Amino acid sequence: MTRVRVKSMFPPGHVRAPFYVRGKTGEVEREIGPFGNPEQLAYGLKAEKKTLYRVRFSMQELWGETAENPTDTVDVEVYAHWLEEV
Amino acid sequence: MPHDHHDHDHLSPSGHPFRADNDTALTYWQQMEIAVRELLVKKGQLTSVEINAQIEAMDARSPADGAAVVARAWVDPDFKARLLDNAAAATREMGFDIGPLNLIAVENTATVHNLIVCTLCSCYPRNLLGLPPDWYKTRAYRSRAVKEPRKVLREFGVDLPDTSQIRVHDSTADMRYVVIPARPDGTEGMDEATLAKLVTRDSMIGTGLARVPGVA
Repeated sequence: MTRVRVKSMFPPGHVRAPFYVRGKTGEVEREIGPFGNPEQLAYGLKAEKKTLYRVRFSMQELWGETAENPTDTVDVEVYAHWLEEV
Repeated sequence: MPHDHHDHDHLSPSGHPFRADNDTALTYWQQMEIAVRELLVKKGQLTSVEINAQIEAMDARSPADGAAVVARAWVDPDFKARLLDNAAAATREMGFDIGPLNLIAVENTATVHNLIVCTLCSCYPRNLLGLPPDWYKTRAYRSRAVKEPRKVLREFGVDLPDTSQIRVHDSTADMRYVVIPARPDGTEGMDEATLAKLVTRDSMIGTGLARVPGVA
């Protein structure tokens, strides 16, 4: 599985990468395919196709010592331009 | 007295509380909706009959549709494999008109329990399960499901052992999710229609389990 980190960036406007995964590292669970970029679609702009991935994060990675159960996981859909390989 | 309401100043003669009339001004978005709808009708793009038919089609969708899909997966291993591979295609194969829905099915087993949430808004597989319950859209559920899912599940009456793994799925973008709950013990030999009655809405969100036959 490919390990990826969600970029720690904070652009204004309509984005679909939730705050709680930014800067966090997870594993690609599957590639879902290309979809119109919601960051452009939301404003009625012509949207580029972006690849969407499902990324699996451990509770340990997301919440550190306050994790309820460190090995439980959260899968989140994240677009390619928000991800960097680690 | 038909009901045991105590605040008698706010009761109608039938014993039910009065509900305030919606006499407040329309919000900006309510006005926009009416304006756009009336324009579309006036310009001949749509008819009021078509709009109402679409609303009725949405209202007709219910968890019973999802329950039929789950029951089929319980009795037909080949169908379950297709459902896990491409849930939208497998659901359409059963004849459900789910529109452009992109659907992923996730399976509960003896060791894995799946839970669905949309932390950013209220994404829900409406085209398969109908409208979401109100609690699904609350900040409390949306924020707690990814932080303390075990505590949330206990509040729903689902107490999972530490040995089981919880997988939360956050519908952040284009996919929608449905949980295939584990088939309860004691259901061997049941037909699909009987099995479907055991599949609750919450069991397909992951906040519940399928009903056990003979248990209320």
